[in-house]
Amino acid sequence: MSNAQLEIQLIASLVAVACAIPGTFLVLRKMAMISDAISHSILPGIVVGFFITQDLNSPLLILLAALTGIITVVLVEYIQKTGLVKEDTAIGLVFPALFSIGVILIAKNANDVHLDVDAVLLGELAFAPFDRLLIAGIDVGPKSLWVVGTILLITLTLLILFFKELKVSTFDKGLAASLGFSPAIIHYGLMSVASVTTVGSFDAVGAILVVALMIAPAAAAYLLTTDLKKMLALAISFGIFSAIFGYWVAHWLDASIAGSITTVLGLVFLLVYLFAPSKGIIAVMYREKQQRTEVSLLTFLLHLKNHDELEERHVNHLREHINWQKVRAKTVLDLAQKNNMIYIEKNIVSLTKKGDEFTSKAIDYIMTNEDAQIEDMKDDFFLFRG
Amino acid sequence: MDITEYIKLVFTDYTLRTITLGTAILGAVTGMLGSFAVLRKQSLLGDAISHAALPGIAIAFLITGSKDSNTLLIGALISGLIGTFWIRGIVTKTHLKSDTALGLILSLFFGFGMLLLTFIQKQPDANQAGLDKYLFGQAATLVESDVWLMAIVTGLCLIVMLTFWKEFKILLFDADYTKTLGFNTRFIDILITTFIVLAIVLGLQTVGVVLMSAMLLAPAAAARQWTNSLSTMVFLAAIFGAFSGVFGTAISASQDNLSTGPVIVLVAGVFVMFSFIFSPNRGLLFKQIRFIKNRRDLELHKTLAFMHHIAETHEDISHPHTIKLLNNFQGYTRSTLQKLVDKDYVQLDGNMWSLTKTGFEAAANLYTKQSTEDE
Repeated sequence: MSNAQLEIQLIASLVAVACAIPGTFLVLRKMAMISDAISHSILPGIVVGFFITQDLNSPLLILLAALTGIITVVLVEYIQKTGLVKEDTAIGLVFPALFSIGVILIAKNANDVHLDVDAVLLGELAFAPFDRLLIAGIDVGPKSLWVVGTILLITLTLLILFFKELKVSTFDKGLAASLGFSPAIIHYGLMSVASVTTVGSFDAVGAILVVALMIAPAAAAYLLTTDLKKMLALAISFGIFSAIFGYWVAHWLDASIAGSITTVLGLVFLLVYLFAPSKGIIAVMYREKQQRTEVSLLTFLLHLKNHDELEERHVNHLREHINWQKVRAKTVLDLAQKNNMIYIEKNIVSLTKKGDEFTSKAIDYIMTNEDAQIEDMKDDFFLFRG
Repeated sequence: MDITEYIKLVFTDYTLRTITLGTAILGAVTGMLGSFAVLRKQSLLGDAISHAALPGIAIAFLITGSKDSNTLLIGALISGLIGTFWIRGIVTKTHLKSDTALGLILSLFFGFGMLLLTFIQKQPDANQAGLDKYLFGQAATLVESDVWLMAIVTGLCLIVMLTFWKEFKILLFDADYTKTLGFNTRFIDILITTFIVLAIVLGLQTVGVVLMSAMLLAPAAAARQWTNSLSTMVFLAAIFGAFSGVFGTAISASQDNLSTGPVIVLVAGVFVMFSFIFSPNRGLLFKQIRFIKNRRDLELHKTLAFMHHIAETHEDISHPHTIKLLNNFQGYTRSTLQKLVDKDYVQLDGNMWSLTKTGFEAAANLYTKQSTEDE
């Protein structure tokens, strides 16, 4: 592994961490699309900044572009406040307009600007190590490493200093306000960090990857945990993993690093989405199926309890009267038998003592809705786990 | 080239005519379908779909090796639909919210698409150049067959919309009611969504992945300001969309170095801004005017009440008082006073004012009657 390769992976990992932190809060605050808007609308800021500074890594350019990001947020909120359109429409109107202005600015000055839209949207991580930062003639590493590193340092400091405030205001705005933390300051603070991170990273990884790195790790982490600290840690590790693994995939395919990191992120999210223990799609579908069976079971037991007549309790009756299909009826019968709630004699189904008690309890629970009575049933049945 | 020359060329020049027609049709169909997206609060869905279409284009090219726009658009359509239904899956099956789902699908699909595009570009044999026009769109590459395709899809969309108008409308405003009426909401929903995806995919070649969402939103958002009726809104949105397309093409053709997509979006943006400000019922300008007028009226009432208060203490209600009395009173301005005179509530005599009998009575009943007839 050459030095340049190591540097690329280091930059990608730093970007991943720098994005995962604000990304987690954006996802939790239901503002994920704002990051997409910011990533597009910083374009005019970057172009104007580039006219002034002629250097993509200059701090002034980053500040100018970040300012465009904030302007986007303010504009979206202003349009939203007029009540003329909904919030999502406001986002969808503002960023394409700003982005178009950026594209036109670039096109009109195509001859004097070494900046093209593809580079802004996609970045080129592979070239990042060639742009070195020289201090007093000594090579101290790639410029983007320093830029991203500085942004990450600031983000981390802010996160540690204001963790409590961020946490409270994210989960309970009212409480945060009543405790004296200004929600507006925290909101715009977070937006500023998101803007600065987006701008600082776009040059290395491009605007779209920034969005992916903000949202995907946080979303995957959110499916695995409900603890904020764990979520942050998980998001960061997903980000770093995808950055490094994605680099090698790109290396192997000889394709865009940003695209390949995003693809790995997508795969990570897909895996989590499918297999997350309690919130993954498979777990959810299993739970829903189980709940359906259990509802059927309960209906069935109630039916048995209410009818003493033999013909009402005949196995075939299940299918005829309650109108269940054969498979479904069998599942329900098996489940009931496994739990010793019924016994079958000559195709006549009867409740056992346990089944009788269970049914009474279940009815009680349904009518009174008191939790305490069903504590011991929770382990066996999804239905009662809320 | 200036505008008059352009107008002449539209009728004579093949390329320009094709592009103008294409963008106009595109604007109309996206505006029409965009109305539904906006009203269903799915504004950003367009953004996600257009980005999600990118890998489909790349895969279609990888499989068929052809750059025929119809083949690529089918790929885009399929991958756009997969993206849409995955978004829906995430929102309904997990606790992630729709914004997260949209952002996820948008960035992940786009990134994957870019990976494929760069991968294709590095292939030695392929004649891959030109795929990246789908990123930002190149209206100039429109040919007559593309325009025909657009026209056919638009016609199809019109027919479906007219056939299912009632269903679309009721689903839009009261989904639960629709269900209880026995409509197959799922089918209607999928139908609308598919057409929205189709419209977006059609526009990719012209305005590109990144700006397509604005084509969907802007005409609809502008049209929404002028009316509360769905049919009028859809109609207006189609017109706004078509005009954005035509003006955008005209402006970009009359200048050097101006890509059509961004210009169309900006023109649509101007439509939106104009509508936001100047629409008579919802517009910001008239809202502000109404606001000021209401405040004036309130102050007028306050002044009248104050006059009444003074006049009460005198036996003769029309006893004159100096205007100075009103000076430190906020509701008093020359024009409001004049208004009171016009209504025959007050008589002015030099620097003195006096309440008339009608004025006194109106003022006495001001807060008991809660009269609304006087402005």
